Amino acid sequence: MPADHAHDHGHQPDHPEPVTFHQVMGTALRELLIEKGLYSAEDERRRIERLQAASPANGARIVARAWTDPAFRAHLLAAPNAAIESLGLEPVNPIHVVENTGRVHNVIVCTLCSCYPRQLLGPQPMWYKSRAYRSRVVREPRAVLAEFGLTLPADTAVRVHDSTAELRYMVLPRRPAGTEDWPEDSLAALVTRDCMIGVAVPDAARDGR
Amino acid sequence: MTARFAVGDRVRIDDRNPALHHRTPYYVKGCCGTVVLDCGPEGRPESLGHDGDGTPRTHVYRVRLAMADLWPGGTGHPADTLDVEIFEHWLEPVEV
Repeated sequence: MPADHAHDHGHQPDHPEPVTFHQVMGTALRELLIEKGLYSAEDERRRIERLQAASPANGARIVARAWTDPAFRAHLLAAPNAAIESLGLEPVNPIHVVENTGRVHNVIVCTLCSCYPRQLLGPQPMWYKSRAYRSRVVREPRAVLAEFGLTLPADTAVRVHDSTAELRYMVLPRRPAGTEDWPEDSLAALVTRDCMIGVAVPDAARDGR
Repeated sequence: MTARFAVGDRVRIDDRNPALHHRTPYYVKGCCGTVVLDCGPEGRPESLGHDGDGTPRTHVYRVRLAMADLWPGGTGHPADTLDVEIFEHWLEPVEV
């Protein structure tokens, strides 16, 4: 097609963003590591694959194990990274697990940016990064939770966790009543991403077997 | 390095605005709370954010604030709280 062809659509530029200093340095470092044989392109590909394979199923597995194995639950609350690694998962940041009880409900936010335990919950939902969620959940958490469909009793305290430094948070939800004889994989199916952020709670009647 | 604060200590979060990268959110500045966890030493964002090496590494604490202290005059529930991670050099002791 000639360069001066007539048409009524705009062209999207191939490189809409200028390449940043850190992108250049990242590429240079990767090329050097590969050239010196310390690392291979295949290692890099696997790493990307692993990062992109992270999903809330990882977190749900951890929660279901904590519900069915009291020793694992105690380990998870005391030494979360070690407990998570014992299931063959690889948390990148230090993790802090906060447990919902009949008296306290936990909810997670990062007001400064969008810090999030991606290895356990997969990529952040868009709303988690939104200014509306980040600014409102620290000010009127009960109103925000109600908009997610979660109304908490007045005698349950809400504890908001603003993830401002190195720790990443994951909520350990309460095990729903009536699931006492459920196998671990059925329990895991109840635990959605939002339950582990704290804007929802597992519902055996709605999501159950 | 030794930790200046222990779990249970009352602390005030400094209300200053250095023109440097720092990770103390604006909305908690000036508020008082209670240390609930010592997360151990981390590199300082004021250094790391400006090509520095993060030294001196500094203890980070989870500080629990009452929503009622954070948002005076707000309509919040009296039992609700907020936990936030604050570097030691942003905290001052509060006499109780």
